[in-house]
Amino acid sequence: MTDAPATTKADWTSDQEVRWCPGCGDYSILTAVQMLMPDLGVRREDTVFVSGIGCAARFPYYMNTYGMHGIHGRAPALATGLAMARPELHVWVVGGDGDMLSIGGNHLLHALRRNVNLNILLFNNQIYGLTKGQYSPTSEIGKVTKSTPAGSIDEPFNPVSVAIGAEASFVARTHDMDRQHMMDMFRRAHDFPGASFVEVFQNCNVFNDGAFGAITKKDKRASMLIPLEHGKPIRFGENDEKGVRINPQGSAEVVNVADVGESALLVHDETRQDPSLAFALSRLAAGPFEPTPIGVYRAVERSEYAGEASKQLAMAQEQSGPGDLEALLHSRPTWEVS
Amino acid sequence: MTDTVPRTVGTRELNRLVVRFAGDSGDGMQLTGDRFTSASALFGNDLATLPEFPAEIRAPQGTLAGVSAFQVQVSDHNITTPGDAPSVLVAMNPAALRKELAHLEMGGTVIVNQDAFVERNLTKAGYDSDPLEDGSLDNYTLFKVPMTTITKEVCKDLGVKPRDAERSKNFFALGLLSWLYSRPAQPTLDWISAKFKRQQLIADANTAAFKAGMAFGDTAELFDFTYEVKPAALAPGTYTNVNGNTALSWGLVAASQQAKVPLFLGSYPITPASDILHELSQRKNFGVRTLQAEDEIAAVCAALGASFGGHLGITTTSGPGIALKGETIGLAVSLELPLLVINIQRGGPSTGLPTKTESADLMQAMYGRHGESPVPIVAAYSPSQCFFAAIEAARIALKYRTPVILLSDGYLANGSEPWLLPDVSTLPDLTVEFATAPNHTEDDGTEVYWPYLRDPETMARPWAVPGTPGLTHRIGGIEKEDGTGNINYEADNHGYMVKLRERRVAHIANDIPLTMLDGDVDDADLLVLGWGSTWGAITSAVMRARAEGRKVAHAHVTHLNPLPRDLGDIVRRYPKVLVPEMNLGQFCRIIRAEFLVDAQSVAKVEGVPFTAAELHSHINGVLDD
Repeated sequence: MTDAPATTKADWTSDQEVRWCPGCGDYSILTAVQMLMPDLGVRREDTVFVSGIGCAARFPYYMNTYGMHGIHGRAPALATGLAMARPELHVWVVGGDGDMLSIGGNHLLHALRRNVNLNILLFNNQIYGLTKGQYSPTSEIGKVTKSTPAGSIDEPFNPVSVAIGAEASFVARTHDMDRQHMMDMFRRAHDFPGASFVEVFQNCNVFNDGAFGAITKKDKRASMLIPLEHGKPIRFGENDEKGVRINPQGSAEVVNVADVGESALLVHDETRQDPSLAFALSRLAAGPFEPTPIGVYRAVERSEYAGEASKQLAMAQEQSGPGDLEALLHSRPTWEVS
Repeated sequence: MTDTVPRTVGTRELNRLVVRFAGDSGDGMQLTGDRFTSASALFGNDLATLPEFPAEIRAPQGTLAGVSAFQVQVSDHNITTPGDAPSVLVAMNPAALRKELAHLEMGGTVIVNQDAFVERNLTKAGYDSDPLEDGSLDNYTLFKVPMTTITKEVCKDLGVKPRDAERSKNFFALGLLSWLYSRPAQPTLDWISAKFKRQQLIADANTAAFKAGMAFGDTAELFDFTYEVKPAALAPGTYTNVNGNTALSWGLVAASQQAKVPLFLGSYPITPASDILHELSQRKNFGVRTLQAEDEIAAVCAALGASFGGHLGITTTSGPGIALKGETIGLAVSLELPLLVINIQRGGPSTGLPTKTESADLMQAMYGRHGESPVPIVAAYSPSQCFFAAIEAARIALKYRTPVILLSDGYLANGSEPWLLPDVSTLPDLTVEFATAPNHTEDDGTEVYWPYLRDPETMARPWAVPGTPGLTHRIGGIEKEDGTGNINYEADNHGYMVKLRERRVAHIANDIPLTMLDGDVDDADLLVLGWGSTWGAITSAVMRARAEGRKVAHAHVTHLNPLPRDLGDIVRRYPKVLVPEMNLGQFCRIIRAEFLVDAQSVAKVEGVPFTAAELHSHINGVLDD
């Protein structure tokens, strides 16, 4: 693959004590990332984890790589500058639903739109953990929390829909109960040349325990998680008895394969330019209590931002030669005084 | 053009000339002023300019709100201001006359575009009667020139659309003024053909209008004399005419070159700072990367991210943008990374006066962040000096691994002056040493990298950039332990780190120039103490007071945090201290607090700079008190 030296999970683990609550879903995500890294064939020193603020944002401290723990919401912006300055680095951005969809929503949108080569992992636990249990922009309507004693009246964001709407080129979803699936998605995100967005359903066992239990528990997965596989008809269920089709109105819907026949099912095409089918899939479930697609929704390559910026620099140097300060100062009309 | 026999017109010599061009926003007055300035610069005059334009791109035509003006002083000697009161006002419409006449010196010359003085425009400008006819201009020398008519006439055979022909009338005005004040025509003609080389008809119309303006002066028998301002006896060398934002941009490029560290600019468009983004986005062959970010916060964050990656991260903005960037500047204080934050100040609060000047963001620069968050501050004091101020701010940021705030303002940004171009080989070497190896040995003999292990002299931490083997580390905004950089919330540690960050900035005082001190240094009765763009007006005012026999000294501060180490002695040395500022006394308050002297504030917060005359009268007032 590359000439990066062989490493193990231990090499990617920093000496800092992990300070998440016992039982937090973040642990399994951290393990998945640390286990994946040796397989990516990259050097530790070429890898950077950047975060904002929140429980998830402590992530960089636990990775034995370069890392920056920034300020609330701004990780995509910090990472954009780093990735533009140093396009050869592998830059990961880690944050929660409050960090990336509330205070930092703007930066997430623009990082995705520009297609900066970042691997953006959004740990969605549908709650504010670090500030001790307020509702988040992904909390369901009616959610009773410290700040919504009468129940939340906010319509929640669907992170995958938001990402697709923001012109994201790579959008995937996974969950913290399935290490192998997480590793697969993170690897795909790493391999994708552009902004990769991965939503990770993550359990906050202190303030929002079991938020995803109805779909991610072992005995629920077969009937409630819909695996998206490129080039294959979308099927799920204990016996693959269910599937997804696009109805005449253009919406995705769950059907019994026996009723419609396999040929009626939607064949998943993650490379489809038009994002409307991927978007329709993201609308299939109204929340983590209905069958929910996981996997790669969309992987459509297009120009990567930092690379394009570098090309413009190279072109300018080719056309005008390397910068000459003396010439710059004399580039406007001058006159001599003797 | 009409055939006429050239007249013989006498030429009178002037030591200096202050012209104010005024017209509707769409009349091209900034361009006209700029061309008059450039021709004067190439002719060898000293000069200073003051562009003043409304925030609206096209305010309703013919209204007072839409008046755009450009003032320039040209002289045969060294000058530092665009002049107190213009001696010549060019008014392209009634609104311009009404709004700008008050600036004109009594007995001054008014040149109007007579064609624009029709009832509709007079009403829009709020005139009940025609000022050209009702005697209200009797105290001035009035020249009524049908600029629109003549311009259209000379363009009629060129095939130009009537609308485009009419729009060339500013070049007629420029031609007339160029004739009247003996400005060389060729630079303007060359400029027209270069600028409009893809729009031949427009070039033809502007050229015809310009020549018609010159010919009109020569033939119309309105003017008895032309005037001449001889070249100024400036120091020998090569000059160019430069405004503050251009000089500042070039200073940033120079700093990057001198440091051998690539420049990264994150910026969000804002008046009056956007021209720096425009200029730097054209400097890609210098390795300059620019990002027009989604907002002010992203702009500074991207710059800081680039700094983490080993670039010189810069963000440019004005006061409202600084307000948004505050949290990130605090992060940079905690991360101890180089970051240049440039504030081209404008009138506030809130949107305030976007196109007008003010210097009221000093306290914001000093204290505009939460917690104890000290940041070095450098202030530019003249348009061309912005070049050196930018290099100095970058030097401090790179050497001391700290965010630095560089203050300029709208007056410096858009004002221009001749600049004796520096020999680039004399610019300071800003070479940076990046960390390449572990810097600490653990008890068990392991070699490790501690991100906050400091250089004993500069107190700067090492700069280890991603990609460097063996130095992987994590930094963040949480309070940390010195040395290891590990998270640490202990009381003693926080107290130590707060004082350390304060000391880190304070001790830079040992590495900055002493205060600029001028005038009657030994025996002044009054010290005029300034910072920023008041330099020109203070210099002029102090010169005038001293010419009258007053004993006055002028100190000008370029480093506002930390202050120059001799400043305390200087402010205590003189019986009286006067601090003129384009704010309500922010620096004066710092001086009083730091040095316990009874400094007096002179405040002007009106969106326009001090005139030398105003300061001269304040100086005399304080001395006579």
